Amino acid sequence: MSATDTPPAPPAEEAAPARPVRGRSLRKRLVPYWLLLPGILWLLVFFALPMVYQASTSVQTGSLEQGFRVTWHFRTYADAFADYYPQFVRSLLYAGTATLLCLLLGYPLAYLIAFRAGRWRNLLLVLVIAPFFTSFLIRTLAWKTILADGGAVVDALEGLHVLDVTSRLGWTEDNRILATPMAVVCGLTYNFLPFMILPLYTSLDRIDPRLHEAAGDLYATPAATFRTVTLPLSMPGVVAGTLLTFIPASGDYVNAELLGSTDTKMVGSVIQSQFLRVLDYPTAAALSFILMAVVLLVVTVYIRRSGTEDLL
Amino acid sequence: MRLLRSLRRNLVVIAGLLTLACLVLPNLVVTVFSFNRPNGRFNYAWQRFSLDAWKDPCGVADLCGSLSLSLRIAALATLGATVLGTMIAFALVRYRFRARGAVNSLIFLPMAMPEVVMAASLLTLFLNMGAELGFLTVLIAHIMFCLSFVVTAVKARVLSMDPRLEEAARDLYAGPAQTFLRVTLPIAAPGIAAGALLAFALSFDDFIITNFNAGSTVTFPMFVWGSAQRGTPVQINVIGTAMFVIAVAVVLVGQLVAGRRRNNTRK
Repeated sequence: MSATDTPPAPPAEEAAPARPVRGRSLRKRLVPYWLLLPGILWLLVFFALPMVYQASTSVQTGSLEQGFRVTWHFRTYADAFADYYPQFVRSLLYAGTATLLCLLLGYPLAYLIAFRAGRWRNLLLVLVIAPFFTSFLIRTLAWKTILADGGAVVDALEGLHVLDVTSRLGWTEDNRILATPMAVVCGLTYNFLPFMILPLYTSLDRIDPRLHEAAGDLYATPAATFRTVTLPLSMPGVVAGTLLTFIPASGDYVNAELLGSTDTKMVGSVIQSQFLRVLDYPTAAALSFILMAVVLLVVTVYIRRSGTEDLL
Repeated sequence: MRLLRSLRRNLVVIAGLLTLACLVLPNLVVTVFSFNRPNGRFNYAWQRFSLDAWKDPCGVADLCGSLSLSLRIAALATLGATVLGTMIAFALVRYRFRARGAVNSLIFLPMAMPEVVMAASLLTLFLNMGAELGFLTVLIAHIMFCLSFVVTAVKARVLSMDPRLEEAARDLYAGPAQTFLRVTLPIAAPGIAAGALLAFALSFDDFIITNFNAGSTVTFPMFVWGSAQRGTPVQINVIGTAMFVIAVAVVLVGQLVAGRRRNNTRK
């Protein structure tokens, strides 16, 4: 153990008053504000102010040629939602499914790395992070090869009659996976899996393995140990992981565009094309605002419900 | 019975390794297909082995230009976000000030927002200001969304620092500047490095925000996106493979060096 680990360090917050409080000059008291100023200004101008501009754009009417003017035209919201609610529903559905899949796939791997990997732990962690180093667009395109019609994956699933079931559920069509909802959900799951695994691993890693032994000594079966000890203690990781997966997945349009078809478009695709191709800025801004509101609502309710507000 | 039990005991290992296989599989595909000679414009089906793309990685128009542009933007965005983010992190941990809650929310919100929302709202700002979209707007956007991640990484490290080390330095007559440069900064360095690395990776690989705010500027992810519509040159796979190999090598060397240093201090 290194020297810095041995003494239990008092938290920094408590240590602060130990400094000379009396006689602190104005200059010294202004230090934190100077430290904060440039960064906070950057966020105010390029994160908060754009939200104001977007709000204003969403209630404007006009055209590209004559310019847009604020007319408090709130109908844009109603129209945008009426026109594109299938894409909204689809986005939430796909993102929710992908988040659930990430949790189911990611938990065993995080558990494996935290408790069972031994000296392979660092290698496994590197393997989880390593895919990040290749551009995610290139990796997403690789799924076009993996899921290609007549490829090994499609053949195997067809042989096992899995595709029959998924076709009946509407997840796939005509014995193909590409250009179906399944391909999009698969791409979303793959792309955001590391964002699930890393927080899960962090919270599992904090669990004292002796708690498992204690549970075993008290005649808990492995399943009971997991249910009553491991899972509750890993909840902060579950919450952080699901948020880190769901939030970016709900606004994503890359997977829907690269792996899906026109029937699998998500709301991100609509916002992108309204902004960059159709140039209907008010509708695009309104859609973006609705998405933001929905995501913030889902996140707030979720955090309240799971009782992990201190996570923030 | 025993076999069944050992299978059950190792179920989590098997499931975990399967997930890992899913994670690594696309990288294998990217690597294998960098040696492909496709028929036609798209590199999705295996035809036959060829080293052409590896011999001429810049053989496609604009590919290496976009790569160097991405590297330049990522380097500058990392610099900007790391400096601004480290300052905020120190202010948050070490000082008391008004509006701490507001500052915390302002830092948390960009991470809790779908990227497309930030991208779209930033574009409305630039459109309203009449700013010309290009290198500068992309750089501004990248610094903005990397900032929060740097703050989080640095804050975690500074929080776990033992303040007594700095008190000791002061007791030994080190001035504030000397204490900061010789004690505080070296201890905070791993957190700052982690934040900088994260910022670099996020900026280099960013697509959605860049897609909205780049105008006609083409970064590497923008190039890949465009090529997905027009035809994917094998060189993309070469670059993807090379990035993967370089990054893994850097990580492994870093681990080796860190491990050796730890062994040395133990002796």
